[in-house]
Amino acid sequence: MRAFSRSGEPFIWLTGGALAVALLMVAGLVGLILWNGLGFFWPADVLRATLRDGTVLTGQVVDRERVPGREGEHRIKLKVGNRDLYGADFTWVDEAQIAERRYLLDVAVIERTEWGLLIGTIQAVREGDRTVAAGPEASRRELERRLPAAAALRREIRRIEADDIGDVNHAQEQARLALRRLELRGTTSGPEVEALRREMAALQARYDEHATQLAALRGRATATVVVQADGGKEKELPVAQVLDVYFPNAMGPGAKALHYAAGVWAFVSDDPRESNTEGGVFPAIFGTVMMVMIMSVLVTPLGVLAAFYLREYARQGTFVSLVRIAVNNLAGVPSIVFGVFGVGFFIYFVGGTIDQLFFPEALPTPTFGTGGILWASLTLAILTIPVVIVATEEGLAAIPGGTREASLALGATKLETTLRVVLPAVLPSVLTGLILAMARAAGEVAPLMLTGVVKLAPALPVDGHWPFLHLDRKFMHLGFHIYDVGFQSPNVDAARPMVFATTLLLLLIVVLMNLFAVSLRNRLRRRYATAAV
Amino acid sequence: MVGPTRIVSEAPAAPGLLLESPMVEIERLSLWYGAKQALRDITMAVPKHRITAYIGPSGCGKSTLLRCLNRMNDLIDGVRIEGTIRVGGTDIHDPGLDVTDLRKRVGMVFQKSNPFPKSIFENAAYGPRILGVRSRTDLEGIVERSLRAAALWDEVRDRLHESALGLSGGQQQRLCIARAIAVEPDVLLMDEPCSALDPIATARIEELMVELKAGYTIVIVTHNMQQAARVSDYTGFLLLGELVEYGVTRQLFTNPGDRRTEDYITGRFG
Repeated sequence: MRAFSRSGEPFIWLTGGALAVALLMVAGLVGLILWNGLGFFWPADVLRATLRDGTVLTGQVVDRERVPGREGEHRIKLKVGNRDLYGADFTWVDEAQIAERRYLLDVAVIERTEWGLLIGTIQAVREGDRTVAAGPEASRRELERRLPAAAALRREIRRIEADDIGDVNHAQEQARLALRRLELRGTTSGPEVEALRREMAALQARYDEHATQLAALRGRATATVVVQADGGKEKELPVAQVLDVYFPNAMGPGAKALHYAAGVWAFVSDDPRESNTEGGVFPAIFGTVMMVMIMSVLVTPLGVLAAFYLREYARQGTFVSLVRIAVNNLAGVPSIVFGVFGVGFFIYFVGGTIDQLFFPEALPTPTFGTGGILWASLTLAILTIPVVIVATEEGLAAIPGGTREASLALGATKLETTLRVVLPAVLPSVLTGLILAMARAAGEVAPLMLTGVVKLAPALPVDGHWPFLHLDRKFMHLGFHIYDVGFQSPNVDAARPMVFATTLLLLLIVVLMNLFAVSLRNRLRRRYATAAV
Repeated sequence: MVGPTRIVSEAPAAPGLLLESPMVEIERLSLWYGAKQALRDITMAVPKHRITAYIGPSGCGKSTLLRCLNRMNDLIDGVRIEGTIRVGGTDIHDPGLDVTDLRKRVGMVFQKSNPFPKSIFENAAYGPRILGVRSRTDLEGIVERSLRAAALWDEVRDRLHESALGLSGGQQQRLCIARAIAVEPDVLLMDEPCSALDPIATARIEELMVELKAGYTIVIVTHNMQQAARVSDYTGFLLLGELVEYGVTRQLFTNPGDRRTEDYITGRFG
C-alpha cells in the first residue's frame, strides 16, 4: 500500500478522475440540451386514447413518468392543443385509465397564427356560408389547395403593414419632428411650416389608402375550415390563419424528416408569435450577433491600445502595476454592476445629453436616452475590456525584446516598430482575447436587461430607412429570450421545449463565432508563424 | 586627432594604423549606468573596411561600447554618456542628428538571432521599406542582393515567402545580417553573432564577415579569442570598462604590450 502511494499512482488517478468528472458534466449538459432542443421539431404521432369512462383524448405524447405514490403505475402527458376549446394545451392521463389506444390516419395537426396547435379531424371547408368541400378527404385536398394562396395573402398583408405603412409612418414621424424643430426655433407659420403641413396631409392620404387596401385584402379571405376535436367540439378556423397542416400518423420517416427540417428553418428564420411561445427567434439571433459584433468593434481597438500603452510606453513601476491589478480585477466584477453603470452613465448621462443636444424635437420621448443596442454593446465592451487587455498584454510580453531592438537598429522609429513588427506579431493574442470576450458577451443577460434588451422588439436595428443602422433601437437577445420564454411565459409547458431549442441555438452561435475567430487566429499564426524556434 | 596618437602611444607595434582612414572615432568616452561606471575614458579609431574586434571577459563593457556606436544605449533608462563619437566625421550625439538616420548608417546584428515573425522576404525588405522603398521590383532586387551578400540566397530562394522562423539558427543569423546590410549601412556592428551557433554555422558567418569587409566597416564583439584572431584585422582588449590595449590583431595576440592582455589571451583569467 505504501509502495503504491509512493509510486505517485493515486495522484494520477485523482487528476484523471477530476478531468473525467469535468468532461462528464459538460457532456451531460450538452447532451441534455441536444436531446430536449432537437426533439422539439419532430412531428410526433397523435394518439387517440379512449378512457375507461368513455372520454376521448387526442394528442401527442410528450412525457411519461411514474405516478407519485402509486407503485408500478405510469402516466403520460398529452399535448392536446386546442387551447381555445379546452383551456389548456396539456393534460396528464393515467395509463391505467386508458382502455384503447389508436393512431388515426386522418388526425390533422394545424399550426395557426393564434392559440397554438389545433388537433382534430377536418370536416369541411367553407367559403362564407357555402360549403365547398365536405368530408375529411375532400376537405383536406381543398385546404391544401388553398394554403399557398393564404400564405401569399399573409405575406402581402405583412408587406403592406411593415414596408408600405412602415415607410409612411417613418415619413410622418420625420415630418412631425421637422415641424417640432421649427417650433422650437420659434417658427410656427410661414412657407416651411405650410410645406410640412401639406406633406403630412399627403402622407395621411397615403396611409388611408394603404389602410383601405389592407381592409380589402382581409375581406377577401373569407374561407374557413371546420375541424372537429374531442368531445364533438367544432372549431371554425379562417383559412388565412392556417400556417401549416400535417397528418403525423400518415407520414413516413422521410416526410417527417422533411417536416422537421422545415420546422428548424422556420424556427431560425421567422419572427416570434404569441408572446414568443410560438414561431421563430430570428430577431433574437440577429440582435445577439449584431450586439456581439458592435461590442467587438468597440472593445478591440480600445483594449489593444490600452494594452500597448501599459506594456510598450508606460514606465513600469508601482503605478502601472496598480493599474494592471485594477484592470484584472475589473474582470471579476459582477456583470449586473456593469449594467447599473450602463444605465446611470451611458443611458441617463451620455444618452440624455445627446438627446438634448441633437434630438430636442423628439423630447420628451427619448432617442438615445433610453436602452438601445449601442448602450448594451458599450456596457458589454466595458465588461469585456479586461479580457482583451490581459490577453494582448500577455502577447506583447511574449514577443522577444530582441525583435523590437532589431527593428530599432534598422533605423525604424518606435512607432514604426510598434505598427510594423509588434502589432502583427501580437494579433493572434488579440484574437484570443476577442474570442474570450465574445464568448462572455454572447452569454451575458443581466446587464443587457438594464441597457436595451426587450421581450419583443418592433423592428430590427437594421432596416431600409436612413441611416440604415439604428443604434438607438432596442433589440432582442437569445439569452434574454430563454429567460423570458422559460420563466415569464403564460404557457410554461408549451414554452419548455422552446427554451431548450433556443439554448441550443445560443450555444451554436457562440461556437460558430468562436470557430470563426479561431480559424482567423490560426491563419494569422501560420502567416507570422510564432510557433517555430 | 587624439585617437590615433593614443593608439600609437599604447600600441607602438602597430604603425600601420595611422595610415588607415578611420570610419569611427571615439574620444574620451565614458558611460555610466546610473551610478555605476561601465566605460572609462575610451579613445580609439575604427578603420574603414576592416574588421575590428572587441575582446574581454564578461561584463568588461565590450557590448556596451559597441551599442554606443548606434546609440542603442539610449533605450536603457539611466544611461549617461560623456565624450564624443564620430561616425564618418559626424558627431553622433549632435542634437540636430536624427538617431534613426544614424542607425540606418550603422547596422547591427545581435547575439541571439532575432528575425521578425514574418516571411524571409519581408525580413530582408524591412529596412528598405522603412526607408520608403515602395516598388515591388526594387524591393525584390534589394532582397536578392542582400540575401546573396549574406550567402543565404541559394538556400532560401524557393521559399522567400515562408516564415523566417522556420530557418535554422545559422540561417536565421545570416538572414539578420542580410536584413542589416539591405539598407547599405557604412558600419556593421556584430554583438557576439556566433555565440548561439554550432561550429559549422560559425565558420560560415566568419567567412561571410571576411567577404563583407570589402564593402563595410565591421565591428565585432566576441567572447571567442580564436574567432577574433581568425577574422579581425584589429583587436581591442577591454577590462573593467577600460580599453587596455588596441592594435593590429596579429601583433596583439603574438606580442601583447600589456601584462593584463597577455594574462587574458593566455587564459590566466576570463
